[in-house]
Amino acid sequence: MKPVPGDRWRGVAERSWRPAALLAACLVIWHLITVTGLVEAYLVPSPGKTFDLLVDKWSYLWGHTWVTTYETILGFVIAGVLGVLMAVAMVYSRTIESTAYPILLFAQVIPKIAVAPLFVVWLGFGFEPKVIVAVLMAFFPVVISTVTGLKSVDTEMLELAATMGGGPVKTFVKIRFPAALPHLFAGLKVAVTLAVTGAVVGEFVGSNEGLGYVILQANGNMDTPMLFAGLIVISVVGILLFLLLDLAEQLMLPWHSSRRGAAVTTLLAKGGT
Amino acid sequence: MSSGVIATSAVAIDDVSVRFQSKRAETTAIERVSLDVAPGEFVSIVGPSGCGKSTLLKLVSGLLQPSSGSVTLLGEQVRGPRHDIGFVFQRAALLEWRSARRNILLQAEMRGMSSVEAGRRADELIEMTGLSGFENALPHELSGGMQQRVALCRALLHEPRVLLMDEPFGALDALTREQMNVELHRVWRETGTTVLLVTHSIAESVYLANRVIVLTRRPAVVKEVIDVDLPSERDYSATMARPEFAAVTAHIRELLGAATGHD
Ligand SMILES: Nc1ncnc2c1ncn2[C@@H]1O[C@H](COP(=O)(O)OP(=O)(O)O)[C@@H](O)[C@H]1O
Ligand SMILES: [Mg+2]
Repeated sequence: MKPVPGDRWRGVAERSWRPAALLAACLVIWHLITVTGLVEAYLVPSPGKTFDLLVDKWSYLWGHTWVTTYETILGFVIAGVLGVLMAVAMVYSRTIESTAYPILLFAQVIPKIAVAPLFVVWLGFGFEPKVIVAVLMAFFPVVISTVTGLKSVDTEMLELAATMGGGPVKTFVKIRFPAALPHLFAGLKVAVTLAVTGAVVGEFVGSNEGLGYVILQANGNMDTPMLFAGLIVISVVGILLFLLLDLAEQLMLPWHSSRRGAAVTTLLAKGGT
Repeated sequence: MSSGVIATSAVAIDDVSVRFQSKRAETTAIERVSLDVAPGEFVSIVGPSGCGKSTLLKLVSGLLQPSSGSVTLLGEQVRGPRHDIGFVFQRAALLEWRSARRNILLQAEMRGMSSVEAGRRADELIEMTGLSGFENALPHELSGGMQQRVALCRALLHEPRVLLMDEPFGALDALTREQMNVELHRVWRETGTTVLLVTHSIAESVYLANRVIVLTRRPAVVKEVIDVDLPSERDYSATMARPEFAAVTAHIRELLGAATGHD
Protein backbone atom coordinates (compact mmCIF):
# COMPACT_ATOMS: atom_id res chain seq x y z
CA MET A 1 0.00 0.00 0.00
CA LYS A 2 2.56 2.57 1.06
CA PRO A 3 5.31 2.74 -1.56
CA VAL A 4 8.78 1.88 -0.25
CA PRO A 5 11.45 4.47 -1.14
CA GLY A 6 13.06 2.30 -3.83
CA ASP A 7 9.73 1.91 -5.54
CA ARG A 8 9.14 5.60 -5.39
CA TRP A 9 12.43 6.46 -7.11
CA ARG A 10 11.76 3.87 -9.76
CA GLY A 11 8.36 5.50 -10.19
CA VAL A 12 9.99 8.92 -10.62
CA ALA A 13 12.40 7.47 -13.20
CA GLU A 14 9.56 5.77 -15.01
CA ARG A 15 7.56 8.97 -15.09
CA SER A 16 10.49 11.18 -16.11
CA TRP A 17 12.13 9.36 -18.99
CA ARG A 18 9.50 10.18 -21.60
CA PRO A 19 9.44 13.95 -21.05
CA ALA A 20 13.26 13.92 -20.74
CA ALA A 21 13.53 12.12 -24.07
CA LEU A 22 11.13 14.58 -25.68
CA LEU A 23 13.14 17.52 -24.36
CA ALA A 24 16.36 16.00 -25.71
CA ALA A 25 14.69 15.48 -29.08
CA CYS A 26 13.61 19.12 -29.18
CA LEU A 27 17.16 20.26 -28.43
CA VAL A 28 18.52 18.04 -31.20
CA ILE A 29 15.98 19.41 -33.70
CA TRP A 30 16.80 22.95 -32.62
CA HIS A 31 20.50 22.22 -33.10
CA LEU A 32 19.94 20.65 -36.52
CA ILE A 33 17.86 23.60 -37.70
CA THR A 34 20.70 25.99 -36.86
CA VAL A 35 23.66 23.92 -38.18
CA THR A 36 21.97 23.11 -41.51
CA GLY A 37 21.44 26.82 -42.05
CA LEU A 38 17.71 26.21 -42.58
CA VAL A 39 17.09 29.40 -40.64
CA GLU A 40 19.47 32.36 -40.51
CA ALA A 41 21.62 32.38 -37.37
CA TYR A 42 20.54 35.89 -36.39
CA LEU A 43 16.90 34.70 -36.29
CA VAL A 44 17.44 31.50 -34.31
CA PRO A 45 20.69 31.13 -32.39
CA SER A 46 22.07 27.66 -31.86
CA PRO A 47 21.49 25.94 -28.49
CA GLY A 48 25.23 26.04 -27.85
CA LYS A 49 25.42 29.77 -28.39
CA THR A 50 22.39 30.33 -26.18
CA PHE A 51 23.84 28.28 -23.33
CA ASP A 52 27.21 30.00 -23.67
CA LEU A 53 25.41 33.29 -23.24
CA LEU A 54 23.49 31.94 -20.25
CA VAL A 55 26.80 31.15 -18.58
CA ASP A 56 28.61 34.35 -19.64
CA LYS A 57 25.85 36.74 -18.68
CA TRP A 58 24.79 34.79 -15.64
CA SER A 59 25.15 37.55 -13.08
CA TYR A 60 23.25 40.00 -15.30
CA LEU A 61 20.44 37.47 -15.83
CA TRP A 62 20.42 36.42 -12.19
CA GLY A 63 19.63 39.95 -10.98
CA HIS A 64 16.71 40.26 -13.38
CA THR A 65 15.51 36.74 -12.62
CA TRP A 66 15.35 37.59 -8.96
CA VAL A 67 13.23 40.71 -9.71
CA THR A 68 10.72 38.74 -11.77
CA THR A 69 10.61 35.88 -9.27
CA TYR A 70 10.00 38.30 -6.43
CA GLU A 71 7.12 39.97 -8.29
CA THR A 72 5.69 36.58 -9.22
CA ILE A 73 5.77 35.16 -5.72
CA LEU A 74 4.37 38.32 -4.16
CA GLY A 75 1.55 38.41 -6.73
CA PHE A 76 0.89 34.69 -6.31
CA VAL A 77 0.72 34.87 -2.51
CA ILE A 78 -1.62 37.87 -2.58
CA ALA A 79 -3.82 36.19 -5.19
CA GLY A 80 -3.80 32.97 -3.15
CA VAL A 81 -4.87 34.63 0.10
CA LEU A 82 -7.45 36.94 -1.49
CA GLY A 83 -8.70 34.16 -3.76
CA VAL A 84 -9.31 31.72 -0.90
CA LEU A 85 -11.02 34.41 1.22
CA MET A 86 -13.19 35.41 -1.72
CA ALA A 87 -14.11 31.77 -2.42
CA VAL A 88 -15.06 31.16 1.22
CA ALA A 89 -17.24 34.29 1.22
CA MET A 90 -18.89 33.20 -2.01
CA VAL A 91 -19.61 29.68 -0.79
CA TYR A 92 -21.11 30.86 2.48
CA SER A 93 -23.16 33.74 1.10
CA ARG A 94 -25.47 33.54 -1.89
CA THR A 95 -25.59 37.35 -2.00
CA ILE A 96 -21.82 37.70 -2.18
CA GLU A 97 -21.66 34.93 -4.78
CA SER A 98 -24.22 36.50 -7.09
CA THR A 99 -22.71 39.97 -6.60
CA ALA A 100 -19.10 38.97 -7.08
CA TYR A 101 -19.36 36.49 -9.94
CA PRO A 102 -20.02 38.99 -12.77
CA ILE A 103 -17.24 41.29 -11.56
CA LEU A 104 -14.89 38.34 -11.22
CA LEU A 105 -15.70 37.19 -14.72
CA PHE A 106 -15.23 40.70 -16.06
CA ALA A 107 -11.83 40.95 -14.37
CA GLN A 108 -10.90 37.62 -15.88
CA VAL A 109 -11.91 38.24 -19.51
CA ILE A 110 -10.44 41.74 -19.73
CA PRO A 111 -7.00 41.42 -21.41
CA LYS A 112 -4.41 42.08 -18.71
CA ILE A 113 -1.93 43.42 -21.26
CA ALA A 114 -4.45 46.12 -22.13
CA VAL A 115 -4.94 47.32 -18.56
CA ALA A 116 -1.31 47.00 -17.51
CA PRO A 117 -0.35 50.44 -18.90
CA LEU A 118 -2.96 51.95 -16.64
CA PHE A 119 -1.24 50.54 -13.57
CA VAL A 120 2.05 51.98 -14.80
CA VAL A 121 0.42 55.39 -15.16
CA TRP A 122 -1.00 55.10 -11.66
CA LEU A 123 1.86 53.45 -9.82
CA GLY A 124 5.00 54.20 -11.83
CA PHE A 125 7.86 51.95 -12.91
CA GLY A 126 8.37 50.11 -9.62
CA PHE A 127 7.39 46.54 -8.81
CA GLU A 128 3.80 47.40 -7.81
CA PRO A 129 2.15 47.38 -11.27
CA LYS A 130 3.82 44.03 -12.08
CA VAL A 131 2.58 42.51 -8.85
CA ILE A 132 -0.94 43.77 -9.59
CA VAL A 133 -0.96 42.21 -13.05
CA ALA A 134 0.35 38.95 -11.55
CA VAL A 135 -2.43 39.06 -8.94
CA LEU A 136 -5.04 39.67 -11.62
CA MET A 137 -3.78 36.73 -13.64
CA ALA A 138 -3.55 34.32 -10.70
CA PHE A 139 -6.67 35.30 -8.77
CA PHE A 140 -9.35 33.70 -10.94
CA PRO A 141 -8.12 30.07 -10.96
CA VAL A 142 -7.66 30.21 -7.18
CA VAL A 143 -11.22 31.41 -6.60
CA ILE A 144 -12.80 28.98 -9.03
CA SER A 145 -10.89 25.95 -7.76
CA THR A 146 -11.52 26.79 -4.10
CA VAL A 147 -15.24 27.33 -4.70
CA THR A 148 -15.39 23.99 -6.53
CA GLY A 149 -13.47 22.32 -3.71
CA LEU A 150 -15.61 23.75 -0.93
CA LYS A 151 -18.75 22.71 -2.78
CA SER A 152 -17.44 19.22 -3.47
CA VAL A 153 -18.05 18.12 0.13
CA ASP A 154 -20.67 15.41 0.53
CA THR A 155 -24.05 16.70 1.67
CA GLU A 156 -24.21 13.61 3.88
CA MET A 157 -20.94 14.58 5.52
CA LEU A 158 -22.34 18.04 6.22
CA GLU A 159 -25.56 16.54 7.58
CA LEU A 160 -23.50 14.33 9.86
CA ALA A 161 -21.56 17.38 11.00
CA ALA A 162 -24.87 19.05 11.84
CA THR A 163 -25.85 16.12 14.08
CA MET A 164 -22.44 16.33 15.75
CA GLY A 165 -23.14 19.90 16.77
CA GLY A 166 -19.70 21.34 16.04
CA GLY A 167 -20.99 24.56 14.53
CA PRO A 168 -19.96 26.17 11.24
CA VAL A 169 -16.38 27.06 12.25
CA LYS A 170 -15.42 23.53 13.30
CA THR A 171 -17.22 22.13 10.27
CA PHE A 172 -15.16 24.41 8.05
CA VAL A 173 -11.83 23.73 9.73
CA LYS A 174 -12.18 19.97 10.15
CA ILE A 175 -14.27 19.00 7.13
CA ARG A 176 -14.85 21.56 4.39
CA PHE A 177 -11.45 23.19 4.05
CA PRO A 178 -9.37 19.98 4.12
CA ALA A 179 -11.77 18.43 1.61
CA ALA A 180 -11.24 21.42 -0.68
CA LEU A 181 -7.42 21.21 -0.58
CA PRO A 182 -6.91 18.94 -3.62
CA HIS A 183 -8.95 21.34 -5.75
CA LEU A 184 -7.22 24.33 -4.19
CA PHE A 185 -3.80 22.93 -5.04
CA ALA A 186 -4.83 22.27 -8.63
CA GLY A 187 -5.87 25.93 -8.84
CA LEU A 188 -2.67 27.15 -7.17
CA LYS A 189 -0.54 25.27 -9.69
CA VAL A 190 -2.32 26.94 -12.58
CA ALA A 191 -2.18 30.26 -10.75
CA VAL A 192 1.57 30.23 -10.17
CA THR A 193 2.34 29.76 -13.86
CA LEU A 194 -0.07 32.57 -14.71
CA ALA A 195 1.55 34.79 -12.09
CA VAL A 196 4.88 34.43 -13.94
CA THR A 197 3.17 35.54 -17.15
CA GLY A 198 1.55 38.42 -15.29
CA ALA A 199 4.86 39.68 -13.89
CA VAL A 200 6.52 39.50 -17.32
CA VAL A 201 3.58 41.26 -18.99
CA GLY A 202 3.83 43.97 -16.35
CA GLU A 203 7.53 44.35 -17.14
CA PHE A 204 6.84 44.59 -20.88
CA VAL A 205 4.64 47.57 -20.35
CA GLY A 206 7.02 49.72 -18.42
CA SER A 207 10.08 48.66 -16.51
CA ASN A 208 13.85 48.91 -16.30
CA GLU A 209 14.47 45.55 -14.68
CA GLY A 210 13.19 41.97 -14.72
CA LEU A 211 13.19 39.26 -17.37
CA GLY A 212 10.43 40.99 -19.35
CA TYR A 213 12.72 44.00 -19.60
CA VAL A 214 15.64 41.75 -20.62
CA ILE A 215 13.58 40.25 -23.45
CA LEU A 216 12.33 43.64 -24.59
CA GLN A 217 15.88 45.03 -24.64
CA ALA A 218 17.22 41.98 -26.48
CA ASN A 219 14.41 42.33 -28.99
CA GLY A 220 15.23 45.96 -29.61
CA ASN A 221 18.93 45.11 -30.16
CA MET A 222 18.13 42.09 -32.36
CA ASP A 223 20.06 40.12 -29.72
CA THR A 224 18.31 36.77 -30.31
CA PRO A 225 20.65 34.67 -28.12
CA MET A 226 19.77 36.91 -25.17
CA LEU A 227 16.08 36.74 -26.10
CA PHE A 228 16.19 32.95 -26.12
CA ALA A 229 18.15 32.90 -22.88
CA GLY A 230 15.51 35.13 -21.28
CA LEU A 231 12.72 32.84 -22.47
CA ILE A 232 14.49 29.79 -21.10
CA VAL A 233 15.02 31.41 -17.69
CA ILE A 234 11.36 32.48 -17.50
CA SER A 235 10.25 28.92 -18.28
CA VAL A 236 12.61 27.50 -15.68
CA VAL A 237 11.27 29.91 -13.03
CA GLY A 238 7.69 28.87 -13.87
CA ILE A 239 8.51 25.17 -13.83
CA LEU A 240 10.41 25.38 -10.53
CA LEU A 241 7.58 27.25 -8.83
CA PHE A 242 5.12 24.68 -10.17
CA LEU A 243 7.24 21.79 -8.89
CA LEU A 244 7.56 23.49 -5.52
CA LEU A 245 3.77 23.54 -5.21
CA ASP A 246 3.58 19.94 -6.38
CA LEU A 247 6.00 18.98 -3.64
CA ALA A 248 4.04 20.97 -1.06
CA GLU A 249 0.91 19.15 -2.18
CA GLN A 250 2.54 15.76 -1.77
CA LEU A 251 3.77 16.67 1.69
CA MET A 252 0.50 18.21 2.85
CA LEU A 253 -1.92 15.79 1.21
CA PRO A 254 -0.22 12.39 1.29
CA TRP A 255 -3.67 10.75 1.33
CA HIS A 256 -4.48 12.41 -1.97
CA SER A 257 -1.18 12.14 -3.82
CA SER A 258 -0.59 8.54 -2.78
CA ARG A 259 -3.82 7.55 -4.45
CA ARG A 260 -3.11 9.71 -7.47
CA GLY A 261 0.41 8.30 -7.64
CA ALA A 262 -1.01 4.80 -7.45
CA ALA A 263 -3.33 5.57 -10.35
CA VAL A 264 -0.43 6.91 -12.44
CA THR A 265 1.71 3.88 -11.65
CA THR A 266 -1.10 1.52 -12.62
CA LEU A 267 -1.52 3.38 -15.88
CA LEU A 268 2.19 3.17 -16.60
CA ALA A 269 2.30 -0.51 -15.69
CA LYS A 270 -0.59 -1.19 -18.07
CA GLY A 271 0.91 0.97 -20.80
CA GLY A 272 4.31 -0.67 -20.38
CA THR A 273 3.15 -4.23 -20.91
CA MET B 1 -31.37 15.20 30.81
CA SER B 2 -34.85 15.67 32.22
CA SER B 3 -36.25 12.29 31.16
CA GLY B 4 -36.53 9.31 33.39
CA VAL B 5 -39.54 10.78 35.18
CA ILE B 6 -41.98 8.87 33.01
CA ALA B 7 -41.10 6.04 30.68
CA THR B 8 -41.96 8.07 27.55
CA SER B 9 -41.22 6.94 24.02
CA ALA B 10 -37.69 7.38 22.72
CA VAL B 11 -39.14 8.55 19.44
CA ALA B 12 -42.71 9.77 18.92
CA ILE B 13 -43.81 10.68 15.41
CA ASP B 14 -47.24 12.23 15.62
CA ASP B 15 -49.39 12.64 12.51
CA VAL B 16 -46.50 13.88 10.41
CA SER B 17 -46.71 14.90 6.75
CA VAL B 18 -43.85 16.10 4.56
CA ARG B 19 -44.33 17.97 1.30
CA PHE B 20 -41.46 19.00 -0.96
CA GLN B 21 -41.99 22.12 -3.01
CA SER B 22 -40.15 22.15 -6.29
CA LYS B 23 -40.48 24.73 -9.09
CA ARG B 24 -43.59 23.28 -10.65
CA ALA B 25 -44.80 20.31 -8.68
CA GLU B 26 -45.43 19.58 -5.03
CA THR B 27 -44.42 16.12 -3.85
CA THR B 28 -45.93 14.59 -0.77
CA ALA B 29 -43.28 12.26 0.56
CA ILE B 30 -44.96 11.32 3.83
CA GLU B 31 -48.66 11.42 4.60
CA ARG B 32 -49.91 11.50 8.19
CA VAL B 33 -47.52 8.96 9.65
CA SER B 34 -47.58 8.23 13.35
CA LEU B 35 -45.12 5.97 15.10
CA ASP B 36 -43.93 5.37 18.66
CA VAL B 37 -40.64 3.73 19.46
CA ALA B 38 -39.99 2.57 23.02
CA PRO B 39 -36.59 3.14 24.67
CA GLY B 40 -34.20 0.34 23.79
CA GLU B 41 -36.42 -0.93 21.00
CA PHE B 42 -35.09 -1.95 17.58
CA VAL B 43 -37.45 -0.91 14.80
CA SER B 44 -36.90 -1.71 11.13
CA ILE B 45 -38.53 0.33 8.39
CA VAL B 46 -39.10 -1.21 4.97
CA GLY B 47 -40.89 0.15 1.93
CA PRO B 48 -40.54 0.68 -1.81
CA SER B 49 -37.71 2.87 -3.15
CA GLY B 50 -38.45 6.58 -2.98
CA CYS B 51 -41.39 6.17 -0.60
CA GLY B 52 -39.96 8.44 2.07
CA LYS B 53 -37.88 6.26 4.39
CA SER B 54 -34.83 8.51 4.37
CA THR B 55 -37.12 11.49 4.83
CA LEU B 56 -38.51 9.85 7.95
CA LEU B 57 -35.07 9.44 9.53
CA LYS B 58 -34.18 13.02 8.64
CA LEU B 59 -37.30 14.15 10.48
CA VAL B 60 -36.27 12.28 13.60
CA SER B 61 -32.74 13.74 13.49
CA GLY B 62 -34.08 17.24 12.89
CA LEU B 63 -32.24 17.62 9.60
CA LEU B 64 -35.68 18.20 8.09
CA GLN B 65 -38.82 19.81 9.51
CA PRO B 66 -42.26 18.28 8.93
CA SER B 67 -44.85 20.24 6.94
CA SER B 68 -47.38 19.29 9.60
CA GLY B 69 -47.46 17.17 12.74
CA SER B 70 -44.68 16.87 15.27
CA VAL B 71 -41.71 14.69 16.11
CA THR B 72 -40.56 14.18 19.67
CA LEU B 73 -37.17 12.69 20.45
CA LEU B 74 -36.33 11.64 24.01
CA GLY B 75 -39.16 13.73 25.39
CA GLU B 76 -38.18 16.90 23.56
CA GLN B 77 -39.83 18.21 20.41
CA VAL B 78 -37.50 18.21 17.38
CA ARG B 79 -37.03 21.73 16.00
CA GLY B 80 -33.54 21.62 14.48
CA PRO B 81 -30.61 19.24 14.01
CA ARG B 82 -30.34 17.10 17.13
CA HIS B 83 -27.05 16.22 18.71
CA ASP B 84 -28.27 13.39 20.90
CA ILE B 85 -28.46 10.84 18.09
CA GLY B 86 -26.04 8.81 16.01
CA PHE B 87 -26.52 8.58 12.25
CA VAL B 88 -25.21 6.00 9.77
CA PHE B 89 -25.79 6.44 6.04
CA GLN B 90 -25.54 3.95 3.19
CA ARG B 91 -22.26 5.50 2.15
CA ALA B 92 -19.79 5.53 5.02
CA ALA B 93 -19.05 9.25 4.43
CA LEU B 94 -15.57 9.10 5.95
CA LEU B 95 -12.97 11.83 5.73
CA GLU B 96 -10.39 10.33 3.39
CA TRP B 97 -7.43 12.11 4.98
CA ARG B 98 -8.16 10.68 8.43
CA SER B 99 -7.31 7.21 9.69
CA ALA B 100 -10.12 4.93 10.85
CA ARG B 101 -9.55 5.90 14.47
CA ARG B 102 -9.39 9.61 13.77
CA ASN B 103 -12.56 9.36 11.70
CA ILE B 104 -14.28 7.87 14.73
CA LEU B 105 -12.84 10.62 16.92
CA LEU B 106 -14.25 13.31 14.63
CA GLN B 107 -17.47 12.87 16.60
CA ALA B 108 -15.64 13.77 19.83
CA GLU B 109 -13.75 16.71 18.32
CA MET B 110 -16.92 18.24 16.91
CA ARG B 111 -18.59 17.91 20.29
CA GLY B 112 -15.61 19.04 22.32
CA MET B 113 -15.60 15.81 24.35
CA SER B 114 -12.61 15.17 26.59
CA SER B 115 -10.01 13.47 24.43
CA VAL B 116 -8.93 10.92 27.02
CA GLU B 117 -12.50 9.77 27.54
CA ALA B 118 -13.17 9.75 23.78
CA GLY B 119 -9.99 7.84 23.04
CA ARG B 120 -10.90 5.13 25.54
CA ARG B 121 -14.40 4.88 24.16
CA ALA B 122 -13.09 4.71 20.59
CA ASP B 123 -10.75 1.86 21.46
CA GLU B 124 -13.64 0.03 23.12
CA LEU B 125 -15.79 0.38 19.98
CA ILE B 126 -12.90 -0.59 17.69
CA GLU B 127 -12.53 -3.74 19.74
CA MET B 128 -16.28 -4.40 19.77
CA THR B 129 -16.70 -4.05 16.01
CA GLY B 130 -13.61 -6.05 15.08
CA LEU B 131 -11.65 -3.10 13.70
CA SER B 132 -8.57 -3.87 15.79
CA GLY B 133 -5.44 -3.69 13.67
CA PHE B 134 -7.04 -1.26 11.23
CA GLU B 135 -7.04 1.81 13.49
CA ASN B 136 -4.44 3.62 11.43
CA ALA B 137 -5.63 2.61 7.97
CA LEU B 138 -6.98 5.32 5.69
CA PRO B 139 -10.51 4.84 4.34
CA HIS B 140 -9.33 3.89 0.85
CA GLU B 141 -7.30 1.09 2.37
CA LEU B 142 -10.41 -0.41 4.00
CA SER B 143 -13.05 -2.69 2.51
CA GLY B 144 -16.66 -1.51 2.29
CA GLY B 145 -17.59 -3.52 5.37
CA MET B 146 -14.70 -2.08 7.36
CA GLN B 147 -15.61 1.45 6.30
CA GLN B 148 -19.16 0.91 7.47
CA ARG B 149 -17.89 -0.38 10.82
CA VAL B 150 -15.94 2.86 11.19
CA ALA B 151 -19.11 4.82 10.43
CA LEU B 152 -20.97 2.77 13.05
CA CYS B 153 -18.28 3.40 15.68
CA ARG B 154 -18.38 7.11 14.90
CA ALA B 155 -22.15 7.10 15.34
CA LEU B 156 -21.85 5.34 18.71
CA LEU B 157 -18.89 7.24 20.15
CA HIS B 158 -20.93 9.71 22.20
CA GLU B 159 -23.21 6.94 23.46
CA PRO B 160 -26.37 8.28 21.80
CA ARG B 161 -29.61 6.89 23.14
CA VAL B 162 -31.04 6.77 19.62
CA LEU B 163 -29.24 5.39 16.58
CA LEU B 164 -30.58 6.11 13.09
CA MET B 165 -29.40 3.93 10.22
CA ASP B 166 -30.33 4.55 6.59
CA GLU B 167 -29.65 1.42 4.51
CA PRO B 168 -26.27 1.07 6.23
CA PHE B 169 -25.41 -2.27 4.63
CA GLY B 170 -27.00 -1.66 1.24
CA ALA B 171 -23.68 -1.42 -0.56
CA LEU B 172 -22.13 -4.56 0.96
CA ASP B 173 -21.95 -8.07 -0.44
CA ALA B 174 -24.33 -10.65 1.03
CA LEU B 175 -21.80 -12.38 3.25
CA THR B 176 -20.36 -9.18 4.72
CA ARG B 177 -23.88 -7.99 5.22
CA GLU B 178 -24.74 -11.06 7.31
CA GLN B 179 -21.64 -10.52 9.44
CA MET B 180 -22.58 -6.90 9.94
CA ASN B 181 -26.11 -7.95 10.93
CA VAL B 182 -24.74 -10.28 13.59
CA GLU B 183 -22.42 -7.56 14.86
CA LEU B 184 -25.09 -4.90 14.90
CA HIS B 185 -27.36 -7.25 16.82
CA ARG B 186 -24.63 -7.78 19.41
CA VAL B 187 -23.83 -4.08 19.62
CA TRP B 188 -27.49 -3.28 20.12
CA ARG B 189 -27.78 -5.85 22.91
CA GLU B 190 -24.62 -4.58 24.58
CA THR B 191 -25.45 -0.88 24.39
CA GLY B 192 -29.22 -0.90 24.84
CA THR B 193 -29.53 1.87 22.27
CA THR B 194 -32.83 2.56 20.56
CA VAL B 195 -32.37 1.83 16.84
CA LEU B 196 -34.33 2.91 13.77
CA LEU B 197 -33.09 0.97 10.77
CA VAL B 198 -34.16 1.62 7.20
CA THR B 199 -33.41 -1.37 4.98
CA HIS B 200 -34.26 -3.05 1.70
CA SER B 201 -33.47 -6.49 3.01
CA ILE B 202 -36.50 -8.22 4.49
CA ALA B 203 -34.36 -10.86 6.22
CA GLU B 204 -32.24 -8.14 7.80
CA SER B 205 -35.28 -6.18 8.93
CA VAL B 206 -36.75 -9.20 10.69
CA TYR B 207 -33.54 -10.68 12.12
CA LEU B 208 -32.60 -7.44 13.85
CA ALA B 209 -35.90 -5.92 14.95
CA ASN B 210 -38.53 -6.06 17.64
CA ARG B 211 -40.93 -4.50 15.17
CA VAL B 212 -40.99 -3.99 11.42
CA ILE B 213 -42.84 -1.01 9.96
CA VAL B 214 -44.00 -1.55 6.38
CA LEU B 215 -44.59 1.63 4.43
CA THR B 216 -46.61 2.02 1.24
CA ARG B 217 -45.55 3.61 -2.01
CA ARG B 218 -45.22 7.43 -1.97
CA PRO B 219 -46.78 9.21 -0.24
CA ALA B 220 -45.68 6.91 2.56
CA VAL B 221 -48.39 5.72 4.88
CA VAL B 222 -47.84 3.01 7.49
CA LYS B 223 -49.24 -0.09 5.85
CA GLU B 224 -48.67 -2.48 8.71
CA VAL B 225 -46.68 -2.82 11.90
CA ILE B 226 -45.37 -6.32 12.48
CA ASP B 227 -44.24 -7.54 15.87
CA VAL B 228 -41.33 -9.89 15.52
CA ASP B 229 -41.83 -12.68 17.98
CA LEU B 230 -38.36 -14.13 18.15
CA PRO B 231 -36.13 -14.63 21.19
CA SER B 232 -34.03 -11.55 21.92
CA GLU B 233 -30.82 -13.60 21.82
CA ARG B 234 -30.62 -14.45 18.12
CA ASP B 235 -28.16 -16.80 16.58
CA TYR B 236 -28.05 -16.04 12.86
CA SER B 237 -28.56 -19.41 11.17
CA ALA B 238 -30.80 -20.75 13.91
CA THR B 239 -33.05 -17.70 13.57
CA MET B 240 -33.17 -18.00 9.80
CA ALA B 241 -34.26 -21.62 10.16
CA ARG B 242 -37.20 -20.88 12.48
CA PRO B 243 -40.67 -21.29 11.01
CA GLU B 244 -41.84 -17.97 12.59
CA PHE B 245 -39.02 -16.23 10.76
CA ALA B 246 -40.08 -17.70 7.42
CA ALA B 247 -43.69 -16.80 8.08
CA VAL B 248 -42.93 -13.17 8.97
CA THR B 249 -40.60 -12.58 6.02
CA ALA B 250 -43.12 -14.14 3.64
CA HIS B 251 -45.81 -11.87 5.01
CA ILE B 252 -43.65 -8.75 4.59
CA ARG B 253 -42.69 -9.77 1.09
CA GLU B 254 -46.35 -10.08 0.25
CA LEU B 255 -47.11 -6.65 1.73
CA LEU B 256 -44.26 -5.04 -0.23
CA GLY B 257 -45.32 -6.79 -3.41
CA ALA B 258 -48.76 -5.28 -2.97
CA ALA B 259 -47.22 -1.91 -2.11
CA THR B 260 -45.05 -1.75 -5.20
CA GLY B 261 -47.64 -3.28 -7.49
CA HIS B 262 -45.36 -6.24 -8.32
CA ASP B 263 -42.50 -4.41 -10.03
N1 LIG C 1 -35.01 17.67 -0.76
C1 LIG C 1 -35.97 17.14 -1.53
N2 LIG C 1 -36.62 17.91 -2.42
C2 LIG C 1 -37.59 17.39 -3.20
N3 LIG C 1 -37.99 16.12 -3.16
C3 LIG C 1 -37.39 15.30 -2.30
C4 LIG C 1 -36.33 15.74 -1.44
N4 LIG C 1 -35.89 14.71 -0.69
C5 LIG C 1 -36.64 13.66 -1.08
N5 LIG C 1 -37.53 14.00 -2.03
C6 LIG C 1 -38.53 13.11 -2.63
O1 LIG C 1 -39.27 12.52 -1.60
C7 LIG C 1 -39.49 11.15 -1.89
C8 LIG C 1 -38.97 10.30 -0.75
O2 LIG C 1 -37.56 10.36 -0.72
P1 LIG C 1 -36.70 9.45 0.26
O3 LIG C 1 -37.15 9.70 1.65
O4 LIG C 1 -35.28 9.70 -0.03
O5 LIG C 1 -37.10 7.97 -0.20
P2 LIG C 1 -36.49 6.57 0.25
O6 LIG C 1 -35.40 6.82 1.23
O7 LIG C 1 -37.63 5.81 0.82
O8 LIG C 1 -35.98 5.89 -0.99
C9 LIG C 1 -38.81 10.84 -3.20
O9 LIG C 1 -39.79 10.83 -4.22
C10 LIG C 1 -37.86 11.99 -3.40
O10 LIG C 1 -37.74 12.30 -4.76
MG1 LIG D 1 -33.36 6.49 1.02
